[in-house]
Amino acid sequence: MSDGANIVYRYDGTYQGFLCCVAQCFFDKKLPQGVQLLDEPQGTLFGIKAVDTDERLAARVERSLSVRISPLAQDMVRKGFLCCMEDKELRLIRFILKGYRNGARVTKLSVDPDVHAIDKALLYLKNEAHYHVEFMRFADCGGFLASMITPNNMVLPLVAPHFCERFNTGNLVIFDKTHGMGFVYQSAGRKREFFQADSLDLPEPSEEETHFQELWRLFYDTIAVEGRINPALRRGNMPIRYWQNMTEFQR
Amino acid sequence: MSELDIFKKLEILTDAAKYDVACTSSGVDRPGMEGKLGTAAKAGICHSFAADGRCISLLKVLMSNDCAFDCTYCVNRRSTDCRRASFTPEELCELTMQFYRRNYIEGLFLSSAVVKNPDYTCELMLSAVKMLRDDCGFWGYVHIKAIPGASPRLTEQLGRYADRMSVNIELPSQQSLKLLAPQKSKEKILTPMAQIRDGIAQNSREIVKYKAAPRFVPAGQSTQMIIGASPESDRQILDLTEALYKKYSLKRVFFSAYMPVVSDRALPAIDTPPPLLREHRLYQADWLLRFYGFTAGEILDEEHPDFNPLLDPKCNWAVNHMEHFPVEINTAPYEMLLRVPGIGVKSAMRIRSARRQCRLDFDGLKKLGVVLKRARYFIVCSGKSASPLPTDNPAVIAGAISERGLGQRKVDPPEQLSFFAPVREDGVKCLTGQI
Repeated sequence: MSDGANIVYRYDGTYQGFLCCVAQCFFDKKLPQGVQLLDEPQGTLFGIKAVDTDERLAARVERSLSVRISPLAQDMVRKGFLCCMEDKELRLIRFILKGYRNGARVTKLSVDPDVHAIDKALLYLKNEAHYHVEFMRFADCGGFLASMITPNNMVLPLVAPHFCERFNTGNLVIFDKTHGMGFVYQSAGRKREFFQADSLDLPEPSEEETHFQELWRLFYDTIAVEGRINPALRRGNMPIRYWQNMTEFQR
Repeated sequence: MSELDIFKKLEILTDAAKYDVACTSSGVDRPGMEGKLGTAAKAGICHSFAADGRCISLLKVLMSNDCAFDCTYCVNRRSTDCRRASFTPEELCELTMQFYRRNYIEGLFLSSAVVKNPDYTCELMLSAVKMLRDDCGFWGYVHIKAIPGASPRLTEQLGRYADRMSVNIELPSQQSLKLLAPQKSKEKILTPMAQIRDGIAQNSREIVKYKAAPRFVPAGQSTQMIIGASPESDRQILDLTEALYKKYSLKRVFFSAYMPVVSDRALPAIDTPPPLLREHRLYQADWLLRFYGFTAGEILDEEHPDFNPLLDPKCNWAVNHMEHFPVEINTAPYEMLLRVPGIGVKSAMRIRSARRQCRLDFDGLKKLGVVLKRARYFIVCSGKSASPLPTDNPAVIAGAISERGLGQRKVDPPEQLSFFAPVREDGVKCLTGQI
C-alpha cells in the first residue's frame, strides 16, 4: 500500500462517510491522493471517485477500530475527525492503516510522523475544548441560557456534556458559529440534541441580564491589583481570540 | 450602611479581597446532582484572567471589611479611613448563583474582616454558606477562610459546607507577626490549621466506613504568606513551606509579594516595588517540592540562603551538581529525568512512555514536545550530546542558560558608520546657532 493511487476520494463530510473512505482504501489496497467533500469545487486533475456512505459498512469499520487496533485508537479517530487539521481525512486514514498493521502499539508511536500529526491535532482540540469550558459565557434569555462560540475545531460535542451536567437545572442552547452547529439541552426529560443551522438569533438581553453583566464587569475590573498589571501574562493565559465572546470585554 | 447599593458593595468588598492570592478551585471531583446547580472538577477551572494576569476562578469577596483588628500591613485595618460595607447572606447568594449559571465563576471564595469578634464573624459567614448550600441548592466550589481565634465548633461547621478552607499564616516568622499583626499569634493561626488537618484525617476514615458520611473540607486546606514585608531570608521561607506541607498536610502554600498599600514605620516605604521576582522564584521552588521530589535543603542551604536572581532553582541545582549529568534519555530513571532543567512532569512522562516503543533521538524528543533550549546541556541520546558548548565547566553552562544571559540581552540595531556622524557637541552648536 506504499504508492498512492492517482485518484481523489469525494465523500459527504459525515463521520460514516469517512469510515467508508477507509474501507474503500482498504479494499483498493492503495492510498488516494486526497480526500475531498462532495460539494467542494473540483481543483485537481486526478481522477475522482465518489464514495457512497453505507451505514453497515461504516459500522463494520468502526467496530474494527476497537477490535483490531484498540479502544483508545477508536477514540482518537473519533476525536481526530472533529479537528481542523489540514488533510484531516488522509492523515487519519494513514493512521488507521498503520494501526491495522501494528495493533494497539500505534497509539504509543508518538515519534512516527503520521501519529505525531494526529497527536498534535488532538492536543489542539483538547486545549481548545478546555478553553471553551473556561471562557464560554452564557446569557439568560428568559427560560433558557444561551451561548455563542467561534471555535476552530468542532469542540461542541466535547464541551456540551460538561455544561449539561453542571447546569442540569435549566435549559441550554450553545451555538457554534464557525461550523453552523448547535446544541440544545432541555432539563425536563433531560433531552439532548444537536442541530445544524446557518445562524441563530437570540432575543435582546433583559434588564436583569444587563444588571448581572454589569456587576460582572465591575468585579472583573476591581479584582486586578494595579501594581501588578501584566498584559502579556493575561494574553498568554487567555488568548485574545476568545475575548470576542466574553461578557467582560463586551462594553 | 444600608444606603449602599449592590454595585458599591461589590466594588468595596472585591477591592478589599483582591490581595488574597489563593483563587484556585481544585482538589475535589464532584459530579452533578439532579436539581442542584453545579459540579466541581479536580484540576480546577479558571474562568477569566484579570488585567494583572492572575486567574479568576472564584467570586472572591469579603463578607465584610469592617475590621476590629489593626494589622499594620492590611488595607482593612481598623485605623485606616476607608469605606466600609457588608454583604447580607441574600445578596451574596444571589450574586454567586447568578454569576455561576452564566459560567463566570467556579464558585465562591468567602473571606472576611473580623467583625466585632472572631465568633461573630464566623456566624455571619456560616449563615451565608448555609443559605447558599441548603436553600439555593448550590453544588459548586466553596472556599472559606477560617478566622483565627474563632471557636473550634464554628470552624468545624464551616468545614462541613466548604470544599477548601484556608488559614493565612500571613508572615513567615513569629517575630514579624508580633511586630506587624499584634492581635494575631502563631498559636492562634496554627490551632485552626491543626483542627482542620485532624478533621480531614478523621473524615477520610469515616468515608471508608460509611459512603454517605458528610464530607469535611474534601479539597484540603491551603495557606498564604506575605513576602517582602519582613526581613526573613528565602531559605527560612522555604523551610517553613516544607514544614507546613509535611506537618499540616497542606495542599498549597501561596506567596504574595508585599504590595505597599499603607505607610507605617515598621513596613517598607510606600514606593517600594513589590518583590515579584522573589515571589516567582518561591513558586518555582514550591513546585520543585511538590512535584519534582526535591527537598528544601537541596534547593537552598546555609551558604546560599537566597535565590539566584539569574537562574531558576532547578537550573541552579543542576549547574551546582554537574556530577549527576549528562543523563541518558533512553535509560535514566523517571526521577532523574525530572531533575533535568527544561524537562517537566509532562515531558518526563511522555519520554517514559515513548522510549518503551523505540529508541529516542533529539528529533524524536522535539516531536514529543520536549524543549531542548536548556535540556541539551544536560542530556545525551544513545550517548550523543547536542550541547553546543563543552559541558565540563559549570560556569559556562550557567551563563548559557541564565535568564539574563547573552541571548536575552537587547542589542542596538546595526547602523551604517559615517565619517561625519553628528556628535553631541554638534547638537549643542546647532541649538545655539553656531553653525
